[in-house]
Amino acid sequence: MGDNPHRSAHAGTGGTHVATSHEGPAGASARVAESSGNPRMTDNGLGGGGALPRARAFGAERAFRGLTLAAGTAVLVIIAAIAIFLIAKAVPALRTNTESFWTYEGWFPNENPPKFGIGALAFGTVLSSALALLMAVPVALGIALYLSHYAPRRLGNSLGFLIDLLAAVPSVVFGLWGRDYLVKPVADLSAWLHEYFGWIPIFGEGPYGSSILLGSLVLAIMVLPIVTSLSREVFRQTPTANEEAALALGATRWEMICTAVLPYGRPGVIAAVMLGLGRALGETIALALTLGSTYAISFNILESGGNSIAANIALKFAEANATGRGALIASGLVLFAITLIVNITARAIIYRRREFTESAA
Amino acid sequence: MSTTVTSHRPQPPAQPVTLRAKRLPAYAAPAVAVVALLLSAGIVYGAGIGGPVLVVVVGALLYLAGLFLAANAVEGRRSARNRTWSALIHSAFVLAVLPLASVVWTLVSKGAERLDANFFLTSMNNIGARDANGGAYHAIIGTLEQVGIATLITVPLGVLCAIYVVEYGRGRFAFTIRFFVDVMTGIPSIVTGLFVLAFWVLIVSPLFSPDGQPGFSGFAAALALSVLMLPTVVRSTEEMLRLVPAPLREGAYALGVPKWKTILRVVLPTALPGIVTGIMLAVARAAGETAPVLLVAGGGAAINFNPFENNQSSLALFVYQQAGEASKYSPARAWTAALTLVALVLILTVAAKLLARRNRLGR
Repeated sequence: MGDNPHRSAHAGTGGTHVATSHEGPAGASARVAESSGNPRMTDNGLGGGGALPRARAFGAERAFRGLTLAAGTAVLVIIAAIAIFLIAKAVPALRTNTESFWTYEGWFPNENPPKFGIGALAFGTVLSSALALLMAVPVALGIALYLSHYAPRRLGNSLGFLIDLLAAVPSVVFGLWGRDYLVKPVADLSAWLHEYFGWIPIFGEGPYGSSILLGSLVLAIMVLPIVTSLSREVFRQTPTANEEAALALGATRWEMICTAVLPYGRPGVIAAVMLGLGRALGETIALALTLGSTYAISFNILESGGNSIAANIALKFAEANATGRGALIASGLVLFAITLIVNITARAIIYRRREFTESAA
Repeated sequence: MSTTVTSHRPQPPAQPVTLRAKRLPAYAAPAVAVVALLLSAGIVYGAGIGGPVLVVVVGALLYLAGLFLAANAVEGRRSARNRTWSALIHSAFVLAVLPLASVVWTLVSKGAERLDANFFLTSMNNIGARDANGGAYHAIIGTLEQVGIATLITVPLGVLCAIYVVEYGRGRFAFTIRFFVDVMTGIPSIVTGLFVLAFWVLIVSPLFSPDGQPGFSGFAAALALSVLMLPTVVRSTEEMLRLVPAPLREGAYALGVPKWKTILRVVLPTALPGIVTGIMLAVARAAGETAPVLLVAGGGAAINFNPFENNQSSLALFVYQQAGEASKYSPARAWTAALTLVALVLILTVAAKLLARRNRLGR
């Protein structure tokens, strides 16, 4: 918390007295405090500070403080409410499930008896997100460094602005683009990969097309601007003194980046990657448009198929009855749990790092 | 070090050559690139394993390796690593620009197809699979209303929460809030959609509807969007409040200004450009969300101005629904709606940034 010296300021120091007594002469505030029945203030030995009024029990300060506290608490309430309401709606559906929720590979909650399992969906979610990050993060960091430290300042700024804009492009647009224009190149690439690298198990047989590879490519392209924009922001905030010190000691530009920029930006970069991961894990529409929607656990990333929890919710929601809705909410609960675990782990890492870097700085 | 011995040429006195290390000549990098490309073309076509794309990929790899070797031989290891990483970073940029440029190009060229008055003035009501008309008027209304309500809910809540965390909160509780705001940024949009479905649509909305049946509504979508926007607004506001210099606050305290007034009159105005930018980015993200709207607003084909009753559509949802339809006219509608959505989002973003810039100048 070393960056918040203002916190040491007293919360209740200034009541409204001083501010509201403008009409009186400059020295009158002491009399104002006196007349308000507060003799303790006038002889507390603080000299000129004798004008300090006592904190009021019901003043604007308290009210404002309470208001902000309520807003802060609302966040915790919302997170708790998400968990509670999802559980409340998921449990009845899970009770009626006749197959194992964790291992069954299929999704028939609307039938009688209902059968559905999360295994293949969770697998697809994790696999596609991991692949997407694997492809996107190195490139994103490269671009962020290019924009912050390699490109001419003016060009870097305008390109950075463009990347910020691309980060705002909705996922449905990327999904639509992936489905309409990326399928063909990816199918060609899949065939090529299978022909020459078929001995690696993940590059299996076709049919090629709406595969995990396509889905994670679209995800990667989608996540790229977000990670880039956030890490660029972090890299740009590196203290110039650190950079100049490294350069003055004779470091090359890359050594300067390694010693000054990357260590300083690490927590921010981790946060950016985690935000990207969160978006990839929860990405719905882009995957609903690009994945083949099958319910099988397969490491073959080239074959048409694959599914994710979120995409499955979007695809199956329209046809779901009460049990079907409950089943989808149950799968959403699993997704919520996965993202929560990922996020809490990441945040824990960042907070530890942040203390470390702050004490070092 | 051999330069100190061998250089007897006359040199400008300001820059004695003895202090400079050997450097690769300026033509070295392009030369390596050409050689790498030729070599790669030879390998790829010689072995018959691919087309021009593979030539470029292999060529890039060869270029990196060649550059490293050449620089290593002339300039030394450190400089070689510097050059290679520099080339890698530049190529990362090129690699990423290609798909993004393709997305933008497709969006503009396909989206212009149906960019006519009819698209913006009609809904999809009574539009069959064989009708070429039909538009997104209802979806635009839906997006504006939902995002507007969500912003009204989120901004006060988010800014106050950030003020608590930065200015008032201390100890474990404030840390917990900060932590969970961070965690909340990672909650998937579809989960917030399911949350509002379970909470508002299935449990609360039957209490308000005359027939006691759960009903979709635009307001439910706004609720889901505000849950999505909240952490973004809190986070950006928090960051900006922390950037406000402590002397500004201390100056206000020294003048006897109470803390709440200091926050409202000194800290917030100083941080305003950043806060506004954060809010606009949150709004832009919310406007593009499809999943929650799909789950809780239902998406209708007709115009519905009332966000509290009956199905509403949104631009993002409209794109998704048109993309899934079998009619040969629907892809054009989907792309035009996507272009409209992107334009809306970009206008918001650009306006926010310009506003922020002007505010900064004004101070």
